[in-house]
Amino acid sequence: MDPFLTSRIVTDVLGGLTNGVTYGLVALSLVLIWRSTGILNFAQGAMPMFATYLGFALLSYHFGYWPCVVACVIAALLIGGLTERLLVHRLYGKPEINPIVVMVGFLIVLEAVAAAIWSSTPRSLPSPFSSIHWQLAGKPFALSPFIVYEFATALVVMAAVAGLFRFTNLGLQLRASALAPEVSRLLGVRVGRLLTLGWMLSTVVGVITTILVSANFFSGLTPTVMDGIFAYGFIAAAIGGLESPVGAIVAGVLLGVVNQFVTDYVNQDSVIIIALAILVVSLMIRPSGVFTKSTQRRV
Amino acid sequence: MITIEGLTVSFGAVQALRNVSLVAETGKITAVLGANGAGKTTLLRSISGLKEPNTGTIHLDDQSLVHKRTEDIARLGIGHVPEGRGVIGEFTVEENLRLGAMMAKVNLSQGLDEQYALFPVLGERRKQHAAKLSGGERQMLAMARALIAQPSVLLLDEPSLGLAPLVTQQLMHTIQSLCESSDLTVILVEQNATSALRIAHHAVVLHVGKVVANDTASAVSADENLRQYYLGLVE
Repeated sequence: MDPFLTSRIVTDVLGGLTNGVTYGLVALSLVLIWRSTGILNFAQGAMPMFATYLGFALLSYHFGYWPCVVACVIAALLIGGLTERLLVHRLYGKPEINPIVVMVGFLIVLEAVAAAIWSSTPRSLPSPFSSIHWQLAGKPFALSPFIVYEFATALVVMAAVAGLFRFTNLGLQLRASALAPEVSRLLGVRVGRLLTLGWMLSTVVGVITTILVSANFFSGLTPTVMDGIFAYGFIAAAIGGLESPVGAIVAGVLLGVVNQFVTDYVNQDSVIIIALAILVVSLMIRPSGVFTKSTQRRV
Repeated sequence: MITIEGLTVSFGAVQALRNVSLVAETGKITAVLGANGAGKTTLLRSISGLKEPNTGTIHLDDQSLVHKRTEDIARLGIGHVPEGRGVIGEFTVEENLRLGAMMAKVNLSQGLDEQYALFPVLGERRKQHAAKLSGGERQMLAMARALIAQPSVLLLDEPSLGLAPLVTQQLMHTIQSLCESSDLTVILVEQNATSALRIAHHAVVLHVGKVVANDTASAVSADENLRQYYLGLVE
């Protein structure tokens, strides 16, 4: 067997891709909420975390992995919808700092409540596929059935979100509601419902990411499981451009690969510094994001 | 037909419209004239449900529009082209038109063909972002987006604002043709009184929220005393 496949470089690339798709999915959920409601959701990691705890509570009643995943998605729809209706709805049209402060506060509250209910002790989630890496000619290969499942899930979610915005009337209405709510209303678009739907969809993308992260990473599910990944997802969304689903994914995947190489060849502590340096440079060159067209809104 | 009776609209302590009554007849153009601050835009925003009136009634035929949501009023067949056009710059020309067609039960490709025939330049630029269009092209797009839904009433707020005289003339001609070829009811808010009165059947002159004239366009046009109101010569 070709030793190249088990070489350090290939191992780093595959490891980076594995992390990168989760960054990409978080970035995608941020883009989804930005494009459909025009708000940066700093609780985008905490809301799905809460939904994941709720969904996997069914394990106690002897339900399997897939029913728990369905329950997580339902919980995410409810949390996303209720958050928009009860909390975010009052923030539209207010200064941009208001939703940021409120959502940071909401993140802290959700994490504290989750810790109070379920404790901060890592909770291991079941996995439908083995996380044990395959072997090639007796050497470990940086892929496992679970990682393939993770890639496949990420691709399906990405394609669904990109297709939603690009090809469907619903996607067009979601974008219109965020960009020009008054004009959208004048055209008969039910803006209020669409804003709620945008938050629901975004939380669903988030919960899928949280399930993958909690099952794959050895940390398990904790109230702060998404904090670090949210930070990299946020950086990826800013680099790719908050208007671009494709940009969010590509930037997330590339960031994951870069982080892996920095971890392997430099050290773990330098990862966030390098990531932020890339963010600063990319924003200096393309303030609206690498993949955002110049006619689109700048942030 | 749009019937407005005793409409009063306030912004805090300031009354933007005071006891306004008018009728916009089916298939006719009703011009609403007045200087800045006369209440013209507020009148259209009240019809569309963007501004809730304090008192008074607004009816589309027999149906009351007061207390209805803007999106529901739009779905009743009232198209509103707001001041500043309101095209979505981040969308292509075709995406703007698709959005306009979405709520109406019209065939999209047929609707697009009709609008591209009416405004050929939009057909040539269908894949271009609206932000890159000229002022006149944006106005055409805003009108086409309202028309593609086949409204029974079209509210136009300052369509000639910022346009060259020749483009304004073409636009007015298009509005007139649309009214003549269908039963479209148009309420045309304009500061460019000469252009508006040339194509309107009826005219209403507003002055600081009050109706000071409500007559045929030719009668309003001929009344020298009224000019001071819509030209803003009266405080």
